[in-house]
Amino acid sequence: MKLVNPLTAIFHPPPTPGVLGVFGHLDATVDAIGKLRQGGHTDFTVYSPIPRHEIEDALDQPVSPVRMFTLIGGIAGCAVGAWITLYMSYDWPIVLGGKPVGSIPPYVVIMFEMTILFGALATILGILFNALFAARRLGTVAYDARFTNDKFGIFVPCEPARAGQVEALLRGTGAEEVRRA
Amino acid sequence: MPETATAPARGTRVTYDFVTRAIARTLGNPGKGYFALLASAVALLAVGIGCLLMLLRYGLGLAGYSHPVYWAVYITCFVFWVGIAHSGTLISAILFLFRSGWRTAVYRTAEAMTVFAVMTAGLFPLIHIGRQWYFYWLIPYPNERGLWPNFKSPLIWDEFAIGTYFTVSTVFLIMGLIPDIAAARDVVSGWRKRLYAITSLGWRGTNEQWRHYTRGYLYLAALATPLVLSVHSVVSWDFAMAIVPGWHATIFAPYFVAGAIYSGVAMVITLLVPIRKLFHLEELITVHHFENLAKLCLLTGMIVAYAYCVEFFTAWFGGHPAERAAFWYRAFGPFWWASWTMIICNAFLPQLLWFKPIRTSILALFVISIFVNIGMWFERFVIIVVSLAGEPYERFANATYNPTWADWGIMAGSFGWFFMWFLLFVKNFPAVSISEVKEVLPAPTRGKAVHA
Repeated sequence: MKLVNPLTAIFHPPPTPGVLGVFGHLDATVDAIGKLRQGGHTDFTVYSPIPRHEIEDALDQPVSPVRMFTLIGGIAGCAVGAWITLYMSYDWPIVLGGKPVGSIPPYVVIMFEMTILFGALATILGILFNALFAARRLGTVAYDARFTNDKFGIFVPCEPARAGQVEALLRGTGAEEVRRA
Repeated sequence: MPETATAPARGTRVTYDFVTRAIARTLGNPGKGYFALLASAVALLAVGIGCLLMLLRYGLGLAGYSHPVYWAVYITCFVFWVGIAHSGTLISAILFLFRSGWRTAVYRTAEAMTVFAVMTAGLFPLIHIGRQWYFYWLIPYPNERGLWPNFKSPLIWDEFAIGTYFTVSTVFLIMGLIPDIAAARDVVSGWRKRLYAITSLGWRGTNEQWRHYTRGYLYLAALATPLVLSVHSVVSWDFAMAIVPGWHATIFAPYFVAGAIYSGVAMVITLLVPIRKLFHLEELITVHHFENLAKLCLLTGMIVAYAYCVEFFTAWFGGHPAERAAFWYRAFGPFWWASWTMIICNAFLPQLLWFKPIRTSILALFVISIFVNIGMWFERFVIIVVSLAGEPYERFANATYNPTWADWGIMAGSFGWFFMWFLLFVKNFPAVSISEVKEVLPAPTRGKAVHA
């Protein structure tokens, strides 16, 4: 019996059937996004070599949840900074001139640095997790190597029966190339 | 005209495809000049390693320390390299938040410089501690003696600041690289394609990826901005928290931060001039970029010059005899040559940048930037060594200090180490941001089609 590699399920889900359109122009891509949304498509993927506000506005997606990762990471870092300095000071007290063993002002420096460190690392994890979850949700969608160079692309998942309709829509908005996946 | 910041000479048109290919081309064989530079960097590093092995075998006595000068060239180099790092984060994070279009062509180089400069800086405290094999005692880890570090010590703050800075600037560099590695992956062939396929972490530029990426990048920039200001402030408190005259000053934090950015911008110019030539990036990194860097240099240089004036003025006006004596010693004592090198290179020479013909002459900027680097190294030498040597509280101290071959050798090694990493980076990863350079170009639209 062949064992299933659990990583395959995460990183290589079976290819999703659908239509891939290659666009040379930003405004054509934005038009196609608008038409697709009017036509009731919600789960299509847009490829672009650079982030563009036009595409973002056309897709009108909610703000990325990465900001919650940053916030929670930052607060956790600040708390860890406060905890290690105070706990470690009282665990090994170095008493100098009768001054307080746990003294907050110098510890603010550590708390600040830990806020930044944990906030930044949590942001990275937030980007990785969210991008990975999105990729899992979408499955293996068709891609073209020109999408990181100078072309925009839209992949619309659909059953073969409806593919003709989607192809016509993409061509109608100015796709340079349309193919089924 | 920031929108056309990356436009080449009239007559040619910069398209997305041109940008990808021009930058991907740098990943090929860079020619003999590159390998000559790399070989000299490795040779310098070998000298440094040789000296370091001697130092490990025979101890810090080789380093020319004598009472009361126990912080010398190693700490000078530490502060120098941390300072170099700062302009990278300024250009990549602070100018990102300010939406400066011109930063896109130079920020990757500056950011890589940051990471390698912090890597270099981090070695010096470890070399300086003497018993280098106990460096991990700095880290708060549970141990059988129940000891913890003293968090009231600025040196522990420094460790946290440098550690955080290194981590954050590294992840920031890697984040910026991911879309560019993916772009390179899709145009190169051979073993590089496999390398980039792994290191691009599956980047395809989907709307979901960009949605999380652009947000995350914004927050990383927002976190890196206060971090960069804090790191050199904390480094300055290593000195300012002590009572040594010449160190114990409240101006130290902003003075150090301005000096750090100043030296870093100068180092960016020093690095970009040869990189631009070796990798034929003249169309992407233009005189306009150099002029903007020169303006940054002038601004921060003026702040540094102001800080020099204020330091001397406060010493005189404050009226404290020890403080006055320390500054008299600094300007006219046995180390007058170091102080005047610092003042001439950092405060007087950059005044030439007021003139546009000098700001737009790449050769002139290269020469000035090297003098600024020298001046900024001497600034740290003056602050550290000269303040300690002239310490008026130590009446019976033997206040001579001469750096030895162990000091110079390890310092040379640090330059070799830094340049080796930098040169390896620019050959193997996109040294100019592909996606961000495209962002400042007009997007291709149906109305006015832009063809390669």
